[in-house]
Amino acid sequence: MKAFIDLLRKLARDRSALLGLVIILALIVAAIFAPVLATHPDAAWEMNPVNRLLAPDATYWLGTDRMGADVFSRVLFGARITLVIAIIAVGASLLIGVPIGLLAGWYGNWPGDVLMRTSDIFLAVPQIVLAIAIAQTLGPSIENVILALSLTYWPWFTRLVYAETRALKNEVFIESSIALGVPPWRIIVLHVLPNVASPIIVRTSIGMGFTILTAAALGFLGLGAQPPTPEWGRMISESREFLPEAWWYVLSPGIAIFLVVLGFNLLGDGLRDILDPRIRRAKNV
Amino acid sequence: MPTVAGLIALVFVISHLIPADPVALIAGDTASEEHKAAIRALYGFDKPVHVQLGNYYLQLLRGDLGKSLFTSRPVAEDLFARLPATIELTLAAMLLAVLVGIPFGVLSALRRNSAFDHAVRLVSVSGLAIASFWLGLMLQWLFAMQLGWTPLRGRIEGFPPPGATGLLSVDALLAGDLAAFGSALWHLALPTVTLGFPALATVVRFTRAGVLETMQSAAVQYQRSMGIPASVIVWKYILRGALTSTVTQIGLLFGILLGGAIVIETVFDWPGIGNYAFNAILQSDYNAVMGFTLYAGVVFIGVNLLVDLVHAVIDPREAR
Repeated sequence: MKAFIDLLRKLARDRSALLGLVIILALIVAAIFAPVLATHPDAAWEMNPVNRLLAPDATYWLGTDRMGADVFSRVLFGARITLVIAIIAVGASLLIGVPIGLLAGWYGNWPGDVLMRTSDIFLAVPQIVLAIAIAQTLGPSIENVILALSLTYWPWFTRLVYAETRALKNEVFIESSIALGVPPWRIIVLHVLPNVASPIIVRTSIGMGFTILTAAALGFLGLGAQPPTPEWGRMISESREFLPEAWWYVLSPGIAIFLVVLGFNLLGDGLRDILDPRIRRAKNV
Repeated sequence: MPTVAGLIALVFVISHLIPADPVALIAGDTASEEHKAAIRALYGFDKPVHVQLGNYYLQLLRGDLGKSLFTSRPVAEDLFARLPATIELTLAAMLLAVLVGIPFGVLSALRRNSAFDHAVRLVSVSGLAIASFWLGLMLQWLFAMQLGWTPLRGRIEGFPPPGATGLLSVDALLAGDLAAFGSALWHLALPTVTLGFPALATVVRFTRAGVLETMQSAAVQYQRSMGIPASVIVWKYILRGALTSTVTQIGLLFGILLGGAIVIETVFDWPGIGNYAFNAILQSDYNAVMGFTLYAGVVFIGVNLLVDLVHAVIDPREAR
């Protein structure tokens, strides 16, 4: 607990990381309170073709889209979708990747080799290529996007945890635990895991950013949410044909994506600066 | 090699084992029962799994990626025809990222915490946060539609120059056709900037970090204490450190570029393999999408192997 408060205090001194944290909190607020904050909570889903493609004004803060729905409200509701996709996808990747990394690093030899080879295969292609293959097979939907993203991001956690676990295994305090007869699972959970927590945390924050971008790209390609769901990537795809006139339609979801990913990246960088011992040393030189 | 074999197995699992009815996926929605039965027999879907996997390997060794549902042509042929366009775009983006990124990264590190450094860091952090397809659309809107400075889409105006490489800009240059060369370059401009921007941001960050690390390394501190002028140190050692760190990251960069090419080619109607993938997705052309996955995967693995080789040559420490 004390370590956590310590972390927050250090984080507060890093202005850009603080900015990142503020942005993410704003995203969470927007997502949770979307029905309250939206100017047209129903219009986000309704179709109102009479009002289609109106420029931003006092009623429609960010204009309307091709169906006459309020873009501002749709962007707010899109925040929910983005957050849900990111949290579940990265969370699932973590839950898959970390145990595999721990086991592979601990038991080593051929089980470790096999597991790492498998994760290498997933890393052999850019994430989006594999995600497209999975999403195309299963059919376009948000759930399948989440599945595709989880199944392609886990190796990043595995590699991280594997390297750290192997290094830790040679540490004296671990060796002595083994010698004392402590069962492996206890050592892994009580001693190894807390020590790999820092890189995992950094990777999680950065991973949220990457996942949101990839999810938006999948949405843009038509593999994600289906209309009328207000997913940001899909909204950009829909807006394409209305350029150059309806610039607000393209601009708004894009800026939203930018701010959110920026937030996670800044936070991740800040966390890395604090938690990575090598960088700490370099900074003090 | 084993990675390729593993990738093939993975794609097999995705395409053959996961779906409830893989034949329906390949044949498309409108296929008749006889058509499906014919495909089932042709690809041997009724055989046991290990036989299917073996057949899959054999099929791929022959270079057969199946037939496209949409064009009815072999997928491998279509992809091969479109590969040069993607290569031209990817190379151009890589050049932009490296030629602009390294100098900015080095300067940023040397002028650490200056206004210049902060500006560069701001731009590079932003570069990694922007959705590339959105950036492409905004650039298209600004430069092509509003200002009319660059063409909207496609690779060239008029007929492409005859050429061996398939890289229109190179071919035009080789043929001495300056008008075509200019046209090719103008068409390359926006897609290259869009595709290259995240890669540029990555190069700047890694170069900056690499230079900072080298500056603090024992070797450089020794040299400074020996009185060797700073400028010599910069050009000889730090630059080499910066270049090495970039080469290490080229695999990562190429991954960014290849992944980005899919959406960028779509936005700019650039006739490469990324655009092919997009159309295949739209038309639910299953063979084409899977073929693309394998193709892109093998190309990516190949490039990484090449980079590893180059890296081993440049930095013998890694080879050991």
